[in-house]
Amino acid sequence: MADEHGIVATGLVREYKKGPRAVDGIDLVVHPGEIYGFLGPNGAGKSTTVHMLTTLLPPTAGTATVAGYDIVREGPQVRAAIGAALQEAALDPLLTGREHLRLQTTLQGIPRSERARRGELLLERVGLSQAADRKVRGYSGGMKRRLDLALALVHSPQILFLDEPTTGLDVQSRSALWEEVRRLATDDGVTVFLTTQYLEEADVLANRVGIIDHGRIVADGTPAQLKADVGRPTVEVVPTDSEEKERAAAILARFGEPCVAVQGVAVRLRTSDADLAEIVRALDAESLKVENLQLHQPSLDDVFLAKTGRSLEGAGEEEEEPELALEPA
Amino acid sequence: MSKRFVEQVGQLARRSVVRTARQPANIVFPLVFPLLLLAVNSSGLQSATHLPGFPTDSYLAFALAVPFMQGALFATMNAGTDLARDIQTGFLNRLALTPMRGVALLAGQLGGVMAMTAVQAAVWIIAGLILGVHFAAGAGGIAVIFVFSLLIGLGFGALGAFLALRTGSGEAVQGMFPVFFVFLFISSMAMPRNLIEIKWFQTAATLNPVSYLIEGIRSLIVIGWDAEALALGFGTALLIAAIAVSLATFSLRTRLTRS
Repeated sequence: MADEHGIVATGLVREYKKGPRAVDGIDLVVHPGEIYGFLGPNGAGKSTTVHMLTTLLPPTAGTATVAGYDIVREGPQVRAAIGAALQEAALDPLLTGREHLRLQTTLQGIPRSERARRGELLLERVGLSQAADRKVRGYSGGMKRRLDLALALVHSPQILFLDEPTTGLDVQSRSALWEEVRRLATDDGVTVFLTTQYLEEADVLANRVGIIDHGRIVADGTPAQLKADVGRPTVEVVPTDSEEKERAAAILARFGEPCVAVQGVAVRLRTSDADLAEIVRALDAESLKVENLQLHQPSLDDVFLAKTGRSLEGAGEEEEEPELALEPA
Repeated sequence: MSKRFVEQVGQLARRSVVRTARQPANIVFPLVFPLLLLAVNSSGLQSATHLPGFPTDSYLAFALAVPFMQGALFATMNAGTDLARDIQTGFLNRLALTPMRGVALLAGQLGGVMAMTAVQAAVWIIAGLILGVHFAAGAGGIAVIFVFSLLIGLGFGALGAFLALRTGSGEAVQGMFPVFFVFLFISSMAMPRNLIEIKWFQTAATLNPVSYLIEGIRSLIVIGWDAEALALGFGTALLIAAIAVSLATFSLRTRLTRS
C-alpha cells in the first residue's frame, strides 16, 4: 500500500458545513510515473479530492500522502513536490505569458540567473514562444491551458495534478495537450493525476482509471480491466411501442442476462461473439416493432453504468460540486 | 527579511502596478473625478471663506485635502476588486501552491496600491501648485503630505483587501463604495467642523475618523505646522492602517486554508 513517491489516500472525506459529503471515504493509490485518470461527472467530488491532495483544502477525515508527505502535517513539502493546473486556467488576463512565468519562477524560488532561461524553455515547450508577450486575455482556450501547464511545471514537480485540463477545448488542442501529458509521464517520469469527465480522455491517456460518483470510488483499474469486468457486449432494444418493453425483455433474455439500459431494455450477451442477426430474427419472429437496436462493445461508460445505474453522459447535471468553503465542518 | 521574501513582494507589487496601469479606467477616474469635484466645489463655495473663523481665504486651498481621500477610496476599491478577482478566478490558489508567504501577497498588493497612491498624491500636489495654492508648511509640509498619503493608501488599501478576502466577491467590494463616500460627505470635507451649524452633522463629523485625516493634510496646506491636527491625523491613519492590515492578514490566513 505504502508508496513513497506516488499518491496514497485512505478514507479521505470532505464534508461541507451546510452541504453534502463531497468526498465520502476515498481510498486510492497512484504509482510513481503513471497517469491516473480520475473519471466522473460534474459534482462527483473530483475537484474536491484534488484540492485536498494539493493541500488547498483540509480533509474532514482520512489521511493521504503525496510524494511521501502527509497532506495535513507536511503541506509545504507536498507543495514543493507537486505542480497543479486546476479547473479553469487560473491566469491574470492583464499579464502576458512571459510575465506569468516571471512571477511564477520568482514565487517558486528559482534562482534569479535561471528564471529567464527556464521561462523561455517552458514557453517553447508548450508552443507559446510567439505569443509570450501578448496579454493572456487575447489567448484562446487551448493557449491558456498550455500556459497553465507551463506554470505548473516551473519547478520540475514530481507529481502533476491536472483538473479537467481539456474541458472546453477543441479536438486539436485536446490532442496536443494529451501528447504533452503523455510525454511528461513517459520521458520525464512525472506522475500525473488527471481528473476528467471525458471517457475518451481517460481511456486513451490513463494507465489506470478511478471512477468516482457521489464522492465514492466505484471502480478502479486499468481501462482494459474495468471493461473486462463489465465483460461481454450488450444489446439494447428500444421498442416502438413503449408498452412492449416487457415482451422485448423476454425475447432478449434468450440471449443473455438483463442489464441496465439507458432508454429501452438490454441484455449482456452470453458470449462476446454473439450473432446480432439472430436477435433481429427473434424479434421479427415475434412481430415486435423496434425503433432502435444497438450493439455496445464495453466502454468506460458501461463500467460507469454498471456500477452506478446511470450513464456518465449527463449524470453531472443532477448536482454541481459545491464551492470551496472557508473552513472545514 | 530574506532576499527571497523581498523578491516575492517586489514581483507581486509589480504585478499590482502593471494591472492597474493596463486598466486606464482605474487610473483616469481616480484622477479626473476628484479634480472635477475640486474645481466645482472651489468655485461654487468660495464665498464660504467670508464666514468668520474660516481658516483661509482660498477655498481651493481648503478643499485640496479632499482629493487625497477620494483617491484613497478609489485605491480601496481597486485593491479589493483586484484581489477578489484573484479569488474568483483561482489565481489565489495558484499563488497558494507556491512557497510564497501569505504576508508577501498582502505586502505586494499593498505595495502596488501605495505606488498608485504616490502617483495620485503627486498629481494633487502639482495641480495645487499650478492652480496657485500656497502650501503653508512649505516644501517640508509637501513631503509630509506625501508620506501621510501613503499611510492613508496603506490603510484603505488594506481595508479593500480585507473586504475582498472576507467576501471573495468583487461586487461586494464595490458595494461598499457608496458607504465609504457617505463617510467622506459627513466629515469636515466641505466646512471646518466648528463652522458646521447643524448639530447632528457636527457630531457625526467629529466622530468620523475621515475628518481627522482630511484635517491633518489640510493643516499643512492652510495653517502650517499644527501639531494637534498632525497628531490626530497621523494617529487616526496609523490606527486605521493597523486595524485594516491586521484584519486583512487574519482573513488571508483563513482564505489560504492550505495546510
